[in-house]
Amino acid sequence: MAKDELMPYEKAIEQFEVVIGLEVHVELNTKTKMFCGCANVFGSEPNTNVCPICIGLPGSLPAVNKKAVESSIAIGLALGCKIAPTGRFARKNYFYPDLAKNFQTSQYDEPIAFDGKLEVEIPTGEKFEVLIERAHMEEDAGKLTHVGGATGRIQGAEYSLVDYNRAGVPLVEIVTKPIFGAGDKAPELAAAYVRLIREMVKSMDVSDAKMERGNVRCDANVSLRPKGQEKLGTRTETKNVNSLRSVEAAVRYEIQRQAAILAKGGTITQETRHWHEDRGNTSSGRPKSDADDYRYFPEPDLVPVQPSSELIESIRSALPENPALRRKRLQSEWGFSELEFRDVVNSDLLDQIEETVKAGASAQSARKWWTGEIARVANSENKEISGLAVTPQDVAGIQKLIDAGKLNDRLARDVLAGVLAGEGTPEEVVAKRGLEVVTDEGALIAAIDQALAKQPDVLEKIREGKVQAAGAVIGAVMQAMKGQADAARVRELILERAK
Amino acid sequence: MSEITPDLVRHLAGLARILVTDQEVEKLAGELSLIVDSVATVNEAVKGDVPATSHPIPMANVFREDVVQPSLSQQQALSGAPDSAEGRFRVAAILDED
Amino acid sequence: MSELVHKSAAELAGLLAKKEVSSVEVTTAFFDRSEKFNSKLNSYLYLNRDNALAAAKSADQAIAEGKIGLLTGVPIAVKDNLTTTDAPTTSGSKVLEGWVPQYDATVVRKLREAKLPILGKTNLDEFAMGSSTEYSAFGPSRNPWDLDRIPGGSGGGSSSAVAGFLAPIAIGSDTGGSIRFPAAVTGSVGAKPTYGAVSRYGLIALASSLDQIGPVANTVMDCALLQDVIAGHDPHDSTSIPTSLGSMTEAVKTADPKGLRVGVVKQLSKDGFQPGVKAAFEDTIAKLVGQGAEIVEVDCPSFEYAIAAYYLILPAEASSNLAKFDSVRFGLRVTPEGNPTIERVMAATREAGFGPEVKRRIILGTYALSSGYYDAYYGSAQKVRTLIQRDLQAAFEKVDVIITPTAPTTAFKIGEKVDDPLAMYLNDIATIPANLAGIPGMSVPNGLASEDSLPSGVQILAPAMKDSQMYRVGAIIEQLYVAQWGSSLIHKAPKLEVL
Ligand SMILES: [Mg+2]
Ligand SMILES: [Zn+2]
Repeated sequence: MAKDELMPYEKAIEQFEVVIGLEVHVELNTKTKMFCGCANVFGSEPNTNVCPICIGLPGSLPAVNKKAVESSIAIGLALGCKIAPTGRFARKNYFYPDLAKNFQTSQYDEPIAFDGKLEVEIPTGEKFEVLIERAHMEEDAGKLTHVGGATGRIQGAEYSLVDYNRAGVPLVEIVTKPIFGAGDKAPELAAAYVRLIREMVKSMDVSDAKMERGNVRCDANVSLRPKGQEKLGTRTETKNVNSLRSVEAAVRYEIQRQAAILAKGGTITQETRHWHEDRGNTSSGRPKSDADDYRYFPEPDLVPVQPSSELIESIRSALPENPALRRKRLQSEWGFSELEFRDVVNSDLLDQIEETVKAGASAQSARKWWTGEIARVANSENKEISGLAVTPQDVAGIQKLIDAGKLNDRLARDVLAGVLAGEGTPEEVVAKRGLEVVTDEGALIAAIDQALAKQPDVLEKIREGKVQAAGAVIGAVMQAMKGQADAARVRELILERAK
Repeated sequence: MSEITPDLVRHLAGLARILVTDQEVEKLAGELSLIVDSVATVNEAVKGDVPATSHPIPMANVFREDVVQPSLSQQQALSGAPDSAEGRFRVAAILDED
Repeated sequence: MSELVHKSAAELAGLLAKKEVSSVEVTTAFFDRSEKFNSKLNSYLYLNRDNALAAAKSADQAIAEGKIGLLTGVPIAVKDNLTTTDAPTTSGSKVLEGWVPQYDATVVRKLREAKLPILGKTNLDEFAMGSSTEYSAFGPSRNPWDLDRIPGGSGGGSSSAVAGFLAPIAIGSDTGGSIRFPAAVTGSVGAKPTYGAVSRYGLIALASSLDQIGPVANTVMDCALLQDVIAGHDPHDSTSIPTSLGSMTEAVKTADPKGLRVGVVKQLSKDGFQPGVKAAFEDTIAKLVGQGAEIVEVDCPSFEYAIAAYYLILPAEASSNLAKFDSVRFGLRVTPEGNPTIERVMAATREAGFGPEVKRRIILGTYALSSGYYDAYYGSAQKVRTLIQRDLQAAFEKVDVIITPTAPTTAFKIGEKVDDPLAMYLNDIATIPANLAGIPGMSVPNGLASEDSLPSGVQILAPAMKDSQMYRVGAIIEQLYVAQWGSSLIHKAPKLEVL
């Protein structure tokens, strides 16, 4: 639907109540796959991390990865879920060429974790309670490449190629209960929820949590109902929304699209839709139909998972600090204002700043660098900050040099540029580019005298109390020193001259 | 009498990805009706609350350590494939986007 | 030395150990006979002479070095639903024709390690669905007692090979009687161990919760020797029993009828059995009583529903297990006219690659699992399974073993039941309960039916994990008949030369 056919967002929110539901798939970072000993690694040659089990050769049988089960339990606990005394694997039967056995080994009516609850804070600082329906274990599918036709698109492709390296990679699927009452905040809430999940699994080190690699993927269910109506509206499921920005945009788009249709007296078809990052809209996928009869039944090749309370408690005790508490702690440790802290959270910079402070920088200077210059660079190169070649240690190093008076702000920015360009540590960049500020007073005084000679009246003005007159000379001196001077010190020296 | 209609057979064959001709559908509907009628007796057998048995020998918590095992080579993996290209299994185009 | 082929595996092992004959000689003898008579029996789908003789050489080498195991150097036939890296594996289906697996089944690996030369791969009903081998895509095998009759199924290739002396022993698989029924109708011996006693890894799955690999031979001792070679825990099969069930060979040696309590199932001594089969069974009971065994009638009311439950559970699991045959990673691909989508290629391939019985069962299983029917069909069938287990538990509190006629009839004529699925399914009435309950069962010859002078068999059932008890009683019964006949019944079979 063209942008101008969408209902304006505010109008949509006025007329309809928004109900969302989120399914997040988390790829675990185990060494091996869910049911076989093949390496769970990203970016190998196609079909080199495969075996009779994960390409579904006749006669092969699955064997459950213990670490994957423990990671799943950990995620369940972090979500505040109950852990099932008996969890069972089930087969989800449907034909698709990226699914080696033409069934996905998943969990159905006996998931490992269920009934959880998360408090999710959105950028405005508002908090929402999100109820977790379940978290279950399953296996990822292989990767399809569509050849011919429109570039890599599935329509019009002449043929497709299948790589099963990803087939059988352990997934935990986290499903929320329907989320009511988020109103116009629904899109932000969706994004904040996914961010929180990502933060959690990252801090627990059960997933690499790189959305750009599909380690964390979100399917967003959206439905609208006229204000005051009991019955839920028909929902659409927007699949594989793979960045936080897209989650927010996709939910917002669906709200506007559905509102426009409903307002015209139309009906929403229950279907899966696809988010197009490039076009900023969703397109219709497959309508829900009999083809969705997955014929689940207990996986006869696997036995039930019955975690002992000892195991559960040992996993619970090893859980890292819960993100909400961690935020509270960091905010008070760092003494940031509400606004400063929210800015940091929303730009996903908690880890970087914490590390930078650990490396010896003050919280405020760490914040200034990450939310300031570094964010600016990332933006101009439109990259993720995490994608830039600068470490918290680098930032702390640069700040040390500033505090030692060896760098001024401009030089520091040059040093950062050098670090980003891969020229080495701040110290190395300083050395290579010769960026250190000149501290040799002799050289400074000589430069000052030269400048004063050109502007004899300046000293007079200063003596008359027009101290700002020093500015002109400072400028000249800095120029002469190619910026590698400490402006403050230059000013002092000029004032001494005037005495 | 069981509800195995030709349409149901067509639907089931679709789910099972098996092409069926109209004669096959008719034949199967007849055969399956007989079979279903006779197997439907399992309903009479179960009275009251009986647990299901999915594993004849009850076991639980059978796990594999998270240790990498040797994989097949790409060439081994593709050796049985009807068609392959660029180190991948090659298949006809897929229509429905999902 | 043609009489070599008429010796039991135990006798051959003795001669080999004493170096009175070499494995190469024995193996060659079986190939010479097989190449002569396989055209009559169609026992083998593939004969693997070169690889078998190489294995025989290395067996002779091992014997020369004094490394002598239970069956070192004794050649064996393997049912063609076990994967072998050195021979095509078809499971009796066009859909797999010509596929050479990338891995060996665990049982095949054990046979190689124990140095049993593998003569070839034996015929079976397509994917082991059948009781006669008439559903094999490669033509029926024939019964050495009467070439116009079926050798039983699904393992008719293995039973006819052993009964026809084309192999001393063979591997079978038993999902509802596929080892025991063929043994009964060919006058040979076959055992289905406790579920999980032998690894299923590499067995092309029919119904995962029912399938079990077991030995096929002409004597109880040969079955025991072979089970001792192939049994044991396998980490590749999560349903394989972690503990050892002990030595079956020892059990056979220590057979003693004194104080034996033998159960006879009320529900299986009703009508529906061929008179000669019934007479043979009563004769077995009389013989056991003569040895001082106590006969107890046991009540198993749920047996009445065994076939119904079986023909829901089997097709359901099979419909999912057989989904992987989709023309993508291995096996047949049929591409319809025009430029079809993968969906149509899959459907056309499965239409062309599967025989009528396989399609029938896949569609039946798809129905049993589909939403709205699951509880009534698959769900209830799984509960019947529980009831049958309870019946057997109660029975085994009163008796050490249960005996039944293995099959209601002797070998029927090829073509007699092929178009009547329901009639075909009734052959399994006595064998199915063991698969549903996971308990061990074996068939031992107990005479020739008066009306057609064809072999009949008696089935011995023991509690789960008590395979040794089953073997002990099997040996007792066998001894009683050898005493009467002066040899194993199989030596009364007509000579293939004259058939
Ligand atoms: Mg899922
Ligand atoms: Zn693998």
